[in-house]
Amino acid sequence: MSNTMTGAQALIHALESQGVDIVFGVPGGAILPAYDPLLDSPIRHVLARHEQGAGHMASGYAHATGRVGVMVATSGPGATNLITPLQDCYMDSIPVVAITGQVATHSIGNDAFQEAHTWGISMPATKHNYLVTDAADIPEVVNEAFHLASTGRPGPVLIDLPKDVLAATMNWHDPKEIKLPGYRPSVKGHPLQVKAAIDMILESEQPVLYTGGGVIRAGGAAELRAFAELADLPVVTTLMARGAMPDSHPLCLGMSGMHGSYTATTAIQRSDLLVTIGARFDDRVTGEVKSFAPDAKIIHVDVDPAEIGKVRKADVPIVGDAKAILGQLIEVMEKKLGGKRSPERTDWHEQIAEWQRDYPLKFDQDPEGPIQQQYVISELHRLTGGDAIVVAGVGQHQMWASQFWGFERPNTWINSGGLGTMGYAVPAAVGAKAGKPDEVVFAIDGDGCFQMTMQELITASVEGIPAKIAVMNNGSLGMVKQWQKLFYHERFSATDLTNHTPDYVKLAEAMGCVGIRAERPADVVPALEKALAINDKPVVVDFVCDPDAMVFPMVVAGGSNDDVIMSMTDLPDPAGPQPEDVI
Amino acid sequence: MNHVINVQVENKPGVLARVASMFAGRGFNIHSLAVGPTADPAMSRMTVVVDGPEMEQVIKQLYKLVHTVKVTELTPGQGIEREIMMVRVNAEADKRAEILEAAAIFKAKTVDVGLATLTFELAGDPGALADFLELMRPYGIVDLAKSGRVAISRDIKTNGKKGRLRSA
Ligand SMILES: Cc1ncc(C[n+]2csc(CCOP(=O)(O)OP(=O)(O)O)c2C)c(N)n1
Ligand SMILES: [Mg+2]
Repeated sequence: MSNTMTGAQALIHALESQGVDIVFGVPGGAILPAYDPLLDSPIRHVLARHEQGAGHMASGYAHATGRVGVMVATSGPGATNLITPLQDCYMDSIPVVAITGQVATHSIGNDAFQEAHTWGISMPATKHNYLVTDAADIPEVVNEAFHLASTGRPGPVLIDLPKDVLAATMNWHDPKEIKLPGYRPSVKGHPLQVKAAIDMILESEQPVLYTGGGVIRAGGAAELRAFAELADLPVVTTLMARGAMPDSHPLCLGMSGMHGSYTATTAIQRSDLLVTIGARFDDRVTGEVKSFAPDAKIIHVDVDPAEIGKVRKADVPIVGDAKAILGQLIEVMEKKLGGKRSPERTDWHEQIAEWQRDYPLKFDQDPEGPIQQQYVISELHRLTGGDAIVVAGVGQHQMWASQFWGFERPNTWINSGGLGTMGYAVPAAVGAKAGKPDEVVFAIDGDGCFQMTMQELITASVEGIPAKIAVMNNGSLGMVKQWQKLFYHERFSATDLTNHTPDYVKLAEAMGCVGIRAERPADVVPALEKALAINDKPVVVDFVCDPDAMVFPMVVAGGSNDDVIMSMTDLPDPAGPQPEDVI
Repeated sequence: MNHVINVQVENKPGVLARVASMFAGRGFNIHSLAVGPTADPAMSRMTVVVDGPEMEQVIKQLYKLVHTVKVTELTPGQGIEREIMMVRVNAEADKRAEILEAAAIFKAKTVDVGLATLTFELAGDPGALADFLELMRPYGIVDLAKSGRVAISRDIKTNGKKGRLRSA
């Protein structure tokens, strides 16, 4: 093979050498040269209906497979449409690479047709980004981009490629060794710090393992479970860590925070030691920081040193990879215990069990009343045996999905945690199903979210990617409505979606999917069974749900985690302080 | 409170924009910033004077940038800091002598003489520059150009004797 090729061919060749099997994108003028060699490549291109969809598909793919997701867009509007997914991946540490076309180098800065300053716009939304000005740099840039996206704290990397660079000829060479003197992520934790952590854990009477998405990103779920069992530690799995520890495990307390279980939130509040692994003290977890876990010492394990001490000072900081450090913790703990059992913390476990008994997550489904979303989620779990990848949008349905789905494996919960991006679910489910065709991929989506990105179901049917979508049709932007009910004297400004409810079944059919509707509780199981039996087409199930249901437990934004609201009856005084945060 | 931070970055296109964007996005306040080459052509040095109570996050966020190689905070007394400025002051005939006298004490160089103004160049310790400006203020400052601060750490030489520091 001749080594002479175009920049575009080099790009595709470089993607192939990274093991890329699928990319999600939309073509256009500036990126056109790259689409030509794609025709001859084994890489599958999925034509999204909107670049935002392509971006979330790449993210869903990366979530489900653990591999780097790739999104492609043209210059200008194509590139700007990728900003939301990039920021989303940045907040949730999802490894993706974005390839964008750019106007020719001689036109840059001239307000050329479809020019946008993509490098500048994407800079704060990416871990790193490139503007390539010489085709000869492509092998190194692509190699570096994948390295940066997938190592250390994973994240999005963007490569902006001017059209003339894609069209230029270059001599292919295998990328030179990566030289990034300023990028040396730690893997192993400092042995003395690990030892200090173990000593602290052995002394603790009320410890909690507070785990975040970092455990899943690091592939450390097995180590987490082994360590929790060895050290006898109750485990809280944040929104991003759902599935890192099996929910069925007696040590697993589930999600804490704003809509977490009473037990998980309160166990953290009362703990004397938080063993924090790959979590970042997000405001949805901590509530008011100064009253968060007031008596707890903090062990903080994170691959990103900037997370340590950002919100809460750590007594024992350990920088490194969650999986590697869990391995070290296990090793040192085993040595310390020398075959003996870890100290019994009977009182602590009994206290936790009492909270679980007294304040369980629960719901009531009146057989004659409107459908409760929790019921749909629970029945779906029962019918699948929990063996599915669950994807969520943002809103009430997302919180219920996290609360009521019993997660047993990592990488089976895909949602937009940090950015809270409505419209995430449909494209992310398509990306996840493309990456994991043998798994059942079921999105639990809100009706508001669905209307933001549902067009990607056309992509799904055209491409033969049979993801399933439950539209939780409560006729409202439910989560916002909930805040209006609680904090704005029931003045429902711009949260009603019923002035025109689209026919979701017809919409589904129009997009080449199967549409199913469930209007009463008795319809739920047959609708789900029907949806689960279809494997050759995407399915949309319209669940007409209770429009007035509210998500509990709840901690008011900025409020203290000591004040968990369990139901409408223990609401704060509406004349009292109003929340300052936004949803 | 002002902190002086030296940042060694890879000499790559856009690296200044990355640092500036990070400061803006994280809500850190830049008091002054100076960029220039280092002895190693592959590296640049930025001296950033940052206004804020706590530098831990500033330093960590700087390190997070892929092109940042080394960050050092110069604790007061540990670094040598310099600025340069040019200042044009009103200098009517009857005031000229006393202005020149003050300038001489500060070792400011007269770089331009106008009909009714004098222009001085002064380089040195930021405190001395500030003092000189205060001294000139009553005469009327017509124009002022001031560089950002540059700083370098002291090379600690004990010469076998404990605690004896010598400035460069
Ligand atoms: C892109 C975007 N715009 C606005 C919001 C603010 N927001 C958060 S939840 C929500 C309502 C979501 O409605 P729906 O999808 O119907 O979910 P529900 O809460 O009803 O389950 C809105 C508007 C957001 N998170 N994302
Ligand atoms: Mg809704």
